[in-house]
Amino acid sequence: MTVTNPARSLAEAAARRGSARFAARAGLSDRAVAWLFILPTMLLLLAINIFPLIWAIRLSFTSLMANLPTPARFVGLDNYVDILTDEDIWANFRVTAHFVFWTIALQILIGLGLALLINQKFRGHSFWTTIILLPMMLSPAVVGNFWTLLFQPQIGPFNYVIGFFTGVAPSSFSMIGSVVLAPWTIVLVNTWMWTPYVMLICLAGLRSIPDYIYEAAEVDRASPLRQFWSITLPMVLPFLMLAVLFQAIQSFVMFDMVNLLTSGGPGSTTETVSITLKRAAFEKWQTGYASALAVILFVTIFGAANVYVRALNWVKQQ
Amino acid sequence: MSDTTPRPFSEPSPLSRALSAVAVVLYAVIAILPLIWIGATAFKSQADAIAYPPKIFFSPTLEGFVDLFTVQTHQSHEFIAKMAPPTTWYEKIARDRDMVIAGPSRVVERFLNSLIIGFGSTILATFLGTLAAYGFSRFRVPLADDLLFFILSTRMMPPIAVAVPIYMMYRWLGLYDTRIGMILLYTAVNVSLAVWLLKGFIDEIPREYEEAALVDGYTRLQAFRKVVLPQAVTGIAATAIFCLIFSWNEYAFDLLLTSSNAQTMPPFIPFIIGEGGQNWPAVAAGTTLFLLPIVIFTIALRKHLLRGITFGAVRK
Repeated sequence: MTVTNPARSLAEAAARRGSARFAARAGLSDRAVAWLFILPTMLLLLAINIFPLIWAIRLSFTSLMANLPTPARFVGLDNYVDILTDEDIWANFRVTAHFVFWTIALQILIGLGLALLINQKFRGHSFWTTIILLPMMLSPAVVGNFWTLLFQPQIGPFNYVIGFFTGVAPSSFSMIGSVVLAPWTIVLVNTWMWTPYVMLICLAGLRSIPDYIYEAAEVDRASPLRQFWSITLPMVLPFLMLAVLFQAIQSFVMFDMVNLLTSGGPGSTTETVSITLKRAAFEKWQTGYASALAVILFVTIFGAANVYVRALNWVKQQ
Repeated sequence: MSDTTPRPFSEPSPLSRALSAVAVVLYAVIAILPLIWIGATAFKSQADAIAYPPKIFFSPTLEGFVDLFTVQTHQSHEFIAKMAPPTTWYEKIARDRDMVIAGPSRVVERFLNSLIIGFGSTILATFLGTLAAYGFSRFRVPLADDLLFFILSTRMMPPIAVAVPIYMMYRWLGLYDTRIGMILLYTAVNVSLAVWLLKGFIDEIPREYEEAALVDGYTRLQAFRKVVLPQAVTGIAATAIFCLIFSWNEYAFDLLLTSSNAQTMPPFIPFIIGEGGQNWPAVAAGTTLFLLPIVIFTIALRKHLLRGITFGAVRK
């Protein structure tokens, strides 16, 4: 084709430079399109996330009670001092820490174990993987609720099965009503629900390891255990750490499942910080106090997540 | 134990394969049993549901579903005998237990709310997310990394913590206990996921297609609509399903920001109680109907699950 269409050849030149400035002249400029596309999302997030967050910070310095008409009074750091010197709040943080620590530990152990087994690629492994994944997609609230049926001491199948294998009378213990068992009950249900999450991410990590590394190790006659410690584990670690990050945040702020399974009881043995926060905000209507607790929760999460992400990046570089 | 023939590591031995299969299947069966139990309880009669020892074999009935969807009143046997014979199967089920159906239960409204709020927020979040993801994927946006991190961080906020100011804001704006309010809220929560997932999907579409279209005289918007969107359809569908699942499952915001008008299923399920204490078959029937779509979606999504749960950070 001869040069009969100068516009086209100009456009081709523009495309070669990797920019489409020429063609864009016909419509909106690229910059306008970019902002037109991004702004609605940003505005929505500002209105529904950032504005409330700033409001919460402001409220945290007041004595406001949202159910009373009395105007908010500025109380400075009083709410923060109250919270940080309250032995009950520290007890709730300890309950939360117990919950987070044990669910994460069990999830890593079972999740990584399952991923290693599934990676043996036996026949039908993808079908069984899908079955295992189901619990994590369900509504945590509804899960908490239906486990109360399974945990019924008399009619529930859980106690019956435990009784069948251990010889204990099924009605002699209550997973939800017992002070000793309840903290483990929430760990058990959360582990049941979220182990598939850790498993799926570990599986992705295992599949990212190229075969030739193992082949080289076989040539060097490295034992399977040695291969696991010096190849598999280091290569899966960044994936595992990512899964732990998501799960740690998730269980730290867990509300739905616990609220419907034990609602913090018996006593306050399963009262995680989220439940305390909900009670302060929506049952005692201590709006200012609850806002301060919410701010403390944010700072803890973002601070811990920040440190963690640094550690994750360090591991990735190794 | 000497294995003389060298085998590539990617091929595990038949024995280790078989043992892994047994262990994984065992775990899967145990893990799925609670769900099967709930599904089975939905089809039990009240007596079978509270039998001791727990019944594995029982004659199935739809009582639980009838109780779930209707409000019934207890009547004497003589009274029912005098009534005109039942015209529908569900009336018959109720009358067999000396109950008369008085009308539909609130579950119908709750399911409807779940559907409206779920689909409304999904459509909005996917729409906004697709636009923003394209913007971040194709243009040099100043501070793009910071903005993207900001978008992600909004998802990290615990719902309970922002619920207080949102509650006050919604009261003030008249959005408390409205479907519109919940749609907007779930859209805001979902849009972060939508942007991150879709950016990943759109990044994978080669730029050359659009550039060719631009050369052919398309405007940016035309190229986006006619070239990028059709190629991103799978990604958009997967993202939409993730958003729908989130809205469908959400509990905390809905518990705190709605009461009688806009309440969805999750906060309502614990209140399916029925006549004379906890009606377990009705609770199980509600739970089963509520969870079933998620089970189907999970199976449909299985190839994209990894991306969805990690905000696109891990892809296969």
